[in-house]
Amino acid sequence: MSRLLQALFGRLPIGWLQLTHSRTRFAAALAGVAFANVLVFVQLGIMQSMATATLTPYGFFRADVMISAPDANAMAEGGNVARQWMLQAMAHPEVTSGMGLFLANVNWQRAGEGLSLTTFGIDPAQPEFLAPELAAKTAPLQMRMAGLLDRLARGLPRDEAAGIRPQAPLSFETSGQTLTLYDSFAGGGGFGGDGYMLVSDQTFLSLFPGRSSAAPDHILLRLRPGADPERVAAELRGLVSDKTLRIRSYAAAAQEDLSYQQTQRPTGVIFGFGVLIGVLVGIVIVYQVLSTDVADHMREYATFKAMGYGHRFFLGIVFEEALILGLLGFVPGALVGGGLLTLMGRITTLPLAVTPGMVLSVLAGTLVFSILSGAIATRRLAGADPADLF
Amino acid sequence: MGDEDFPVQARALNYWFGRGEARKQALYDIDLRIARGSLTVLVGPSGSGKTTLLTLLGCLREVQQGLVILLGHELHGATPALATALRRRLGFIFQAHNLHESLTAAQNVMMGVQVLGRVDKARAQAAAAHVLGLLGLSERLDYLPANLSGGQKQRVAIARALVGNPELVLADEPTAALDRDSGANVVELLKRLGQARGTTTIMVTHDNRILDRADRILTLEDGRIVGDEARGG
Repeated sequence: MSRLLQALFGRLPIGWLQLTHSRTRFAAALAGVAFANVLVFVQLGIMQSMATATLTPYGFFRADVMISAPDANAMAEGGNVARQWMLQAMAHPEVTSGMGLFLANVNWQRAGEGLSLTTFGIDPAQPEFLAPELAAKTAPLQMRMAGLLDRLARGLPRDEAAGIRPQAPLSFETSGQTLTLYDSFAGGGGFGGDGYMLVSDQTFLSLFPGRSSAAPDHILLRLRPGADPERVAAELRGLVSDKTLRIRSYAAAAQEDLSYQQTQRPTGVIFGFGVLIGVLVGIVIVYQVLSTDVADHMREYATFKAMGYGHRFFLGIVFEEALILGLLGFVPGALVGGGLLTLMGRITTLPLAVTPGMVLSVLAGTLVFSILSGAIATRRLAGADPADLF
Repeated sequence: MGDEDFPVQARALNYWFGRGEARKQALYDIDLRIARGSLTVLVGPSGSGKTTLLTLLGCLREVQQGLVILLGHELHGATPALATALRRRLGFIFQAHNLHESLTAAQNVMMGVQVLGRVDKARAQAAAAHVLGLLGLSERLDYLPANLSGGQKQRVAIARALVGNPELVLADEPTAALDRDSGANVVELLKRLGQARGTTTIMVTHDNRILDRADRILTLEDGRIVGDEARGG
């Protein structure tokens, strides 16, 4: 390492030699940086999983424009939308079809354990509104009280879920009715439920008799090929009589939902602060290590100043130390953080995983906070006065 | 002899510490010219201004009043960049060794070469080993300061000051931590450098062994030069 750094800097790697002179202190410093990295990794992982969980249900459908109630900040929030607005919207020449989307949670009691399934009610006669994996499995939904189950739902044995087939359906009781599952699809547990279920709108209305077929939760629209969803959505806002409705392109609705979850929901804000606190902890730890190191070597630095070394040389030492701490602290931090996320993902079935983008962003963030700490620590170098050496 | 034969010159040099009412004058009207290659010793009681003069001549303090010409450059109003560049042409030996605890003896000495610019590592190592050898430390090249005796550390510090072939050596009690033979060896080395390369040495010391080998002895009292004795050396 020493030789590599010497070749890299073209000088003795004083930062490295100083840091490694006291192995115990060096190990403690690396542990501190690694701890900050673990904090950031875990918080980022949870934020990332929230983003994945938020966008997962949008992936079940194929739509261009979504009409929602004025208070529908997220897919699972807000009031109902009158079906009449769908008919009005379909008067637009570029709208080819529309479908009401119903949404509510169904509770499945299994051996004393309750499963909360976010359940979508759709029109099985309009499979073009579904993702290909789902569209191919809509035939059984034509039957009453039939459903498709999320095989990745939390609390559901994987082999049991994977075994559900039209030839081997699985039935369960909910709200005093028997619901039969004929097939499965890949969803995954989220923050609002343990998994997903897909039923026909008629089955949905049987499960929730208080709901009306005239008032779905959202209205999905499909446009002619090549039509611009943003432009059509803007035109529909002028066309549909109820000006309070949220009429957005489907992609914009998904992004607004994500932004809402990350910036306005308490969970998103808390995890965002968690990342910030991790970064601050990292800055404080690296600053403390570097600042102490500069103070400990003040006489040596003053000697080097007397010998004719310039300020850039000292900055180089401090930044060398900052980068070494950042890089070497990152490795165990990433390993432990990744391990913790994997473990948490297994326990919670949330989509918790370390992604290459996360690794790169945490590495970049670590280097930035290390250099920032180094920059603050260099202020102490001014205290090295060579005249005091005599 | 022209100005170039006197690498260090001072005229009407005054220096004060502090400001306002707490201001205290440390040097009064210092005039001196130090000949190239000579070994000059500064003596005087504690607080007489020897160290202050040494730091002014070594660009470690800013000249407040008067003239100091170091290696042909006027120091009054010198930019920090010029002061730093001039210090690279000097060798400093401090009373405390001030070795870097994380660097080996050879690496500490290499710092005296590295300051001169990007130098090939092998050449820097060879130069460091050579000077350490002259000071009797060939067997201690890879020792950390913590594993060296006080005298050995001081000799490493002397090697660090000399390895870059300085034009002027400024030393503060360099032999205080050395035994009789090592001290004599260091003085002989400085004398040889003066004769062979024209290296000038200004030294603060009370060591009589060095006074006997000095070319010139300047005595300071209360910030003034009160004695200037040329010796045969």
